[in-house]
Amino acid sequence: MVSAQKGQVRVITGNAVGAYGAMLCRPEVVAAYPITPQSEIAELLSQFKADGVLDGEYVEVEGENSAMNVVLAASVAGARTFTATSSYGLVFMYDALQETSGFRAPVVMVNANRETPGIHAVSSGQQDLISARDTGWIQIIVENDQEILDQIIMAYRLAEDYDIQLPIMVNYDGFYLSYLAEAVEIPNIEDVDAFLAPLKQQPERQKLVPGVAIGCGTHGMEMGYVEARYKHCQALERVKGKVDEIDKAFGDYFGRYYGGQIEEYRTDDADIVILASGSATGTVRTVIDTKREQGIKVGLIKLRLFRPFPAERLIGVLKGKKAIGVIDRSLCFGWKYGPMCMELRALSPEIGPAPILSYIDGLANLDITVPHIGRVIDEVSAAAQGKPYQEVTWIPMEE
Amino acid sequence: MVIKHKNIFKTESAWSNADEKLLCLDTGSWRTERPVVDKEKCNYCGLCALYCPPQCMKDMGDHYEVDLAYCKGCGICATECPLKAITMVPEGEFADG
Repeated sequence: MVSAQKGQVRVITGNAVGAYGAMLCRPEVVAAYPITPQSEIAELLSQFKADGVLDGEYVEVEGENSAMNVVLAASVAGARTFTATSSYGLVFMYDALQETSGFRAPVVMVNANRETPGIHAVSSGQQDLISARDTGWIQIIVENDQEILDQIIMAYRLAEDYDIQLPIMVNYDGFYLSYLAEAVEIPNIEDVDAFLAPLKQQPERQKLVPGVAIGCGTHGMEMGYVEARYKHCQALERVKGKVDEIDKAFGDYFGRYYGGQIEEYRTDDADIVILASGSATGTVRTVIDTKREQGIKVGLIKLRLFRPFPAERLIGVLKGKKAIGVIDRSLCFGWKYGPMCMELRALSPEIGPAPILSYIDGLANLDITVPHIGRVIDEVSAAAQGKPYQEVTWIPMEE
Repeated sequence: MVIKHKNIFKTESAWSNADEKLLCLDTGSWRTERPVVDKEKCNYCGLCALYCPPQCMKDMGDHYEVDLAYCKGCGICATECPLKAITMVPEGEFADG
């Protein structure tokens, strides 16, 4: 495969990028309901339809539950689909999320991360994606506007892969990325067509056909349920290798690589590693460079794939490290650690005896700042030297 | 792990071809009453088929009959029939009931 043509560079917001990314993949059915901080995507896609730029159907729905049910139905009828949501919207489609993954419908959805209902926070945080963790979806978290666009294109290649057939949620930090305008290279639509073309070479997935009576679901047949769930879990296991494969194919063609399941930054010779995700990882890299100059051997793992959890690659990087710090932008109610820290701790037997320090930061639009990350690195570094440490730290509560 | 289970579904998704075999519970065994269609009264409007939850009203060309393998005896067809052409009869009154 040759390289793609240079695309057009525009300075646009993360939300606009989401709309462009979807449009470039030629979805046949789009249904979305506006919600802060995602609204611009729904508005722009509607505008694209009005302007004739989007060929697919744009279904105006009365809420997110309908949005997900519309794209689910369209997807099982064989259509390429797209929707976008956030927070309350994601929660409002909770039953439909599980139907969609249970039906193995390869829906692509963008989720502009925001705190979830309960105490009415119209602010950034990853609690919504954590709340949808066990819905059977693939969940990927991206860092910047360019990555939003590129990941949406890669998401179709992944979701619609015959060996996968699962819905995927592309997550980016709401408010931070949704309203941040950055220079983004928008590929030519013909090049996106070429990148997605391999999907047409594979066997056709099961879909509804007019006149043919199809039974969908396991209808209470116990072993049918077990078999369907087993296949679903096996498919999620296959996602991990596929994400790396698609990332390489994307990089080879468009010239931008993201590391697949995780991005490793200065981890090779690192004694300690910080695990973070989303828009804050840019700041973490900067602080790591500073700390490296001071002689602290620290590296970063940017967690891109959250579901399925990239266990094997994380073990590969973290095995034998002296201490690990995890920065969570969300909570795991009922566990003192943050969710990503809790997940990582499940790998402790394979990683080894390194202390794992949990940090809660960046809730409700609070910035994960340079001093915060500096503090995290200093404390993890001290723990690596055998000094006493605090297992869980809510950074804003100690300021 | 040794997988001994023989697949029920041919596809990744849990779908089945309902023309060959509808993979569902044995709903016919739930029935305590059976719908009996009076062919003379039936004007082939199709409302019973439209409302039937397990979709087991069979199109006979000029009237509808019940597929007893799936009919669970809910009686919605009898309630919805505008001509009262369907009567619910207790299973005990049938030799095979």
